[in-house]
Amino acid sequence: MSLVVRQPGLLSLLQDPGRFGQHGIGLTTGGPLDREAFDLCQRLLGNDSACTAIEASFGGLELDAHTDTFICVTGATMPLAINGQERDLWTVHKVQAGDHITLGYGMDGCRSYLGVAGGFSIAPQFGSTATVVREQLGGLRGDKLAPGDVLPCPRVSEHRRLQLPRDLRPHYQRQLTVRVIPGYQQHHFDRLQQRRFFSSAWTVSQRCDRMGYRLEGPAIRCDIEGILSEGICFGAIQIPADGQPIVLLNDRQTIGGYPKIGAALSLDAGRMAQLQPGGTVHFAAISPHGAHNALHLNHWRIQHMPLQELPRERDR
Amino acid sequence: MQLSYAGDNAVILYLGERTGADVAARVQAAANAARRVLGADLIDLVPSYASLLVIYDPLRTDHMHVIHRLHGIREEVDTANVSEAGREIVLPVYYSAESGADLERLAQQCELSVEEVIALHSETEYRVYAIGFAPGFAYLGEVDPRIAAPRLATPRSKVPRGAVAIADRQTAVYPAVSPGGWNLIGNCPQRMFDPDAEPSMPVAVGDRVRFEPISRARFLELGGELA
Repeated sequence: MSLVVRQPGLLSLLQDPGRFGQHGIGLTTGGPLDREAFDLCQRLLGNDSACTAIEASFGGLELDAHTDTFICVTGATMPLAINGQERDLWTVHKVQAGDHITLGYGMDGCRSYLGVAGGFSIAPQFGSTATVVREQLGGLRGDKLAPGDVLPCPRVSEHRRLQLPRDLRPHYQRQLTVRVIPGYQQHHFDRLQQRRFFSSAWTVSQRCDRMGYRLEGPAIRCDIEGILSEGICFGAIQIPADGQPIVLLNDRQTIGGYPKIGAALSLDAGRMAQLQPGGTVHFAAISPHGAHNALHLNHWRIQHMPLQELPRERDR
Repeated sequence: MQLSYAGDNAVILYLGERTGADVAARVQAAANAARRVLGADLIDLVPSYASLLVIYDPLRTDHMHVIHRLHGIREEVDTANVSEAGREIVLPVYYSAESGADLERLAQQCELSVEEVIALHSETEYRVYAIGFAPGFAYLGEVDPRIAAPRLATPRSKVPRGAVAIADRQTAVYPAVSPGGWNLIGNCPQRMFDPDAEPSMPVAVGDRVRFEPISRARFLELGGELA
């Protein structure tokens, strides 16, 4: 019982929420770049939030169903089709053995999550199935999906078909304001540099990946060139010698020696990872207290978003 | 001990401004104490040279309560005992030109004999200051200044697994084949990172490490591989 990869597209990775508690031996977390879209995919399917799904970056994924199951795709607006028939995103669909599932290329946003009822059955490493290619850990063989890969999943013949109402679906725009908690070496950036950082428009460069998003704009200067290497949290914003910020994401190295001006609010860093190169980012400061409130509000919102139930699909 | 915000679920403790056994002992004491006072609210810790990043679950607790609890460990951390901190780990090393491509050049550069380089490297007790760069990559300090050598101008694209290397006053064992610019002086047959082993890594931050010179025959017996 499985889905089999016919075409993996540009970059498709098996992900669960991430590998936690292993920084001490140098392992990063991995996990979905857009946690909100990932969580909503699991919620629509009635799955535990720790289930394994596919993160498809930029699209081009094609799968063959070798079992009956239910799938759901959330995130970037990549056209989904089952046997050539276009289907809604943010909606649970029935698939039957022999069906062909295709996910085209993204128009808005660039990360999609394809989940199945019950999640993919993948053996965890260090407590997680999250694929980190650089560390050769997680997923299948510690690598991205390849043609012929078999993704085991349970056979499910009856399931609720839930949908996220259209007006509640996220809009992935080409510009974004990222809230920043000032911290780390913030005091090594003088007032002028901080003002420049918070008032400039930043462009997402071609060098953006699961480790971090590099942004282009006016150079930000720091009083110091480097620091003793120290732990890097999710969203930390490094300013290397060229003055161009790097927002560090799920596959970041665990320690590093560049000065940091603070860290992006995790919710916004996840949304930033939906930006393609050329997208625009502004930064706005937020207090630790404001950040904490934002996290709780968002958590409540995701857990309580009303889902619509659709009628049962007839067998084909 | 100084504390700074890091992110929406992390704060960082600074335990000193330089590297050293005393600072490393405080980092380790802070890690142990943070684990105890935060309990299930803790997600992960990143100990490093002179700091400890504390990552907590913001849906279970908040920054105020975390900081309050971390202030409570201050005295325990400031009085950490240097000599008792960390386990003592011995790693076997086959030092030779065939297992350490830069050994002879390094000896010449330092105006020492190969035997003197080996003696200086293996007679020092190192502290694990940090782990990072790659899974299982432990930064050990500090190397005797007489054999401290800068990184290569052009890094190698492929350093063999187990390579024992020096960069400035730090030394390390490469846990896997990877690019690298450190000076290679030998090879350690013990795996530094094995995802299928328990524990997957023989050392932790704060441990004390010594290198024990072994013969070619012993190296091969222990499963060492020559490129």
